[in-house]
Amino acid sequence: MSLLSVLSNGEVPMAVKVHDLSITYRTTFERKPTLKQALVRFGRGQRAVREIEAIKNVSFDVRNGTSMGIIGSNGAGKSTLMRAMAGILPPTTGSIEVWGRASTLLALGVGFNHNLSGRENIILGGLAAGLSRREVEERAAEVAEWTELGDFIDMPMRTYSSGMNARVGFSVAVHMKPDILMIDEALSTGDAHFREKATAKMAELRESARAMFLVSHGLGSIKEMCNEAMWLDRGKLMMRGDPAEVVKAYMKFVKVKKSESATEDM
Amino acid sequence: MTAPSDSGEGRARVGRARDAEFEPVYHYYGPHRAGLPPLIPYFRELWRRRAFATEMSRATMRGANTSTFFGQAWLIINPLLLAAVYYVLVTIIRREHDPAFFAHLTLGLFAFQLVGTSITSGATSVTSSGKLLLNTPFPRLLIPLSAARTAFFRFLPTVPVYFVFHAIFLTDVWSPKMLLSVYFLATMVVFGMGLAAFFAALQVYFRDTSSFLPFFVRIWLYLSPILWAPEQIIGRFSGPIMTLIQVNPMYSMIGGYTELLQNDAFPPTYMWISAAAWALASAVIGFLYFISREREFAVRVV
Repeated sequence: MSLLSVLSNGEVPMAVKVHDLSITYRTTFERKPTLKQALVRFGRGQRAVREIEAIKNVSFDVRNGTSMGIIGSNGAGKSTLMRAMAGILPPTTGSIEVWGRASTLLALGVGFNHNLSGRENIILGGLAAGLSRREVEERAAEVAEWTELGDFIDMPMRTYSSGMNARVGFSVAVHMKPDILMIDEALSTGDAHFREKATAKMAELRESARAMFLVSHGLGSIKEMCNEAMWLDRGKLMMRGDPAEVVKAYMKFVKVKKSESATEDM
Repeated sequence: MTAPSDSGEGRARVGRARDAEFEPVYHYYGPHRAGLPPLIPYFRELWRRRAFATEMSRATMRGANTSTFFGQAWLIINPLLLAAVYYVLVTIIRREHDPAFFAHLTLGLFAFQLVGTSITSGATSVTSSGKLLLNTPFPRLLIPLSAARTAFFRFLPTVPVYFVFHAIFLTDVWSPKMLLSVYFLATMVVFGMGLAAFFAALQVYFRDTSSFLPFFVRIWLYLSPILWAPEQIIGRFSGPIMTLIQVNPMYSMIGGYTELLQNDAFPPTYMWISAAAWALASAVIGFLYFISREREFAVRVV
């Protein structure tokens, strides 16, 4: 526990503090809104946007040395919360404070430009994240080797399989020497060998990073890798505490809902 | 615990912390009431990450095979073909053949392409970088600026081509004044950056913007002194219409540029001022509109 520098008053320093956070965003019905549709809608007097309340009054704080698992059903706001903590989505009300550089591996991974090679995407991702060119070039070689993709690393990313994509994404996130690591559903597409390697790497990072957030539907890996867990449901924080207990409560809740809907069907 | 906005002490802390949004170590994320983040840290961070814009532009050009021979050659062949088409057109309409006019046409066309490409490639720059927007926080303005850089680097190979025509058709026009044309080129680059940012943000809300743009750019081309020279229209139009023609930003930018490079003349003062004013206005309005909207992009672009 050498990394846990303890403050003079005996408290472990804070890594992330979320205060009364609500996120409401407006989005359009169409996947690709166009002026044409806007005019048609305007003619009919319809509203073209709908509001989504993704997070409702969530408060929590995370101290250094925590690895926090976040569980919840689809659409519970897990990914939105991660994006907000990474500074990608602005809070509607409330505040988020983060001490340290966050590295994110969110649901979609890296590889935004599929015409570029894996290596080029790694470099671009690193530069966007604010590393200097020298740092990025050093790390790109390290990342490329760690992915074990061989020649594929210099091929356009459109030729990659989803598992290969996940490998690149994960490698980038863990090699950026983050203070706070956020991983969203990253390990679901890797093969057995890579999953094992990734698990080992995450255990290693838990020693060096200040805090880690893991979103997963794999409740087993939450129990295994995290020392705290949070359960979100429809944007609300339902429970926070020991992973085993939170998972148990979540399982119970899901089962209850299931039986209710089952009775409705009859 | 009281909410930060309820207590004076809390508000002071928020004020201090707000400056730290783009700082590397401590981050504070709060709601933006006015829509604009604090601009000084924003631009400081933008400057710190300029390598990203450079690399993105380079990678785009590599991806589009711009670095291969025929990729490069196309950057020259394409505007040359366009110049040839317009030359034939103008020759037919005027029923006279003027080789020096071909030099005028290529110069104007190449410069206009710089602004036109900034607009059209800037417009799609944000919507086509979806995953990066979703996963990494950084000043989004880097994306359209990178598109503007690409447009500039696509313009560069046309410069030596122009000077070949200049050497052939305008042998006697060489003067130190030509160096001043860099001023008008710079205004066009800045003007293009502002428009790239503006249309990039607009494209997020209306995805058919990029379909309208080529027509808009084409009409603008006809309204600018490229197929015609400024001296040809003087006296032909009445006062208000003439003013309208001169208000066109490209009138001053391309007009001043060609005056210096081809006519060995010093452009009138209003051209210098108007070109700079348009460039500045475009940059300020385009950048501020983009920055005020950029925090919504992550939920709008998927």
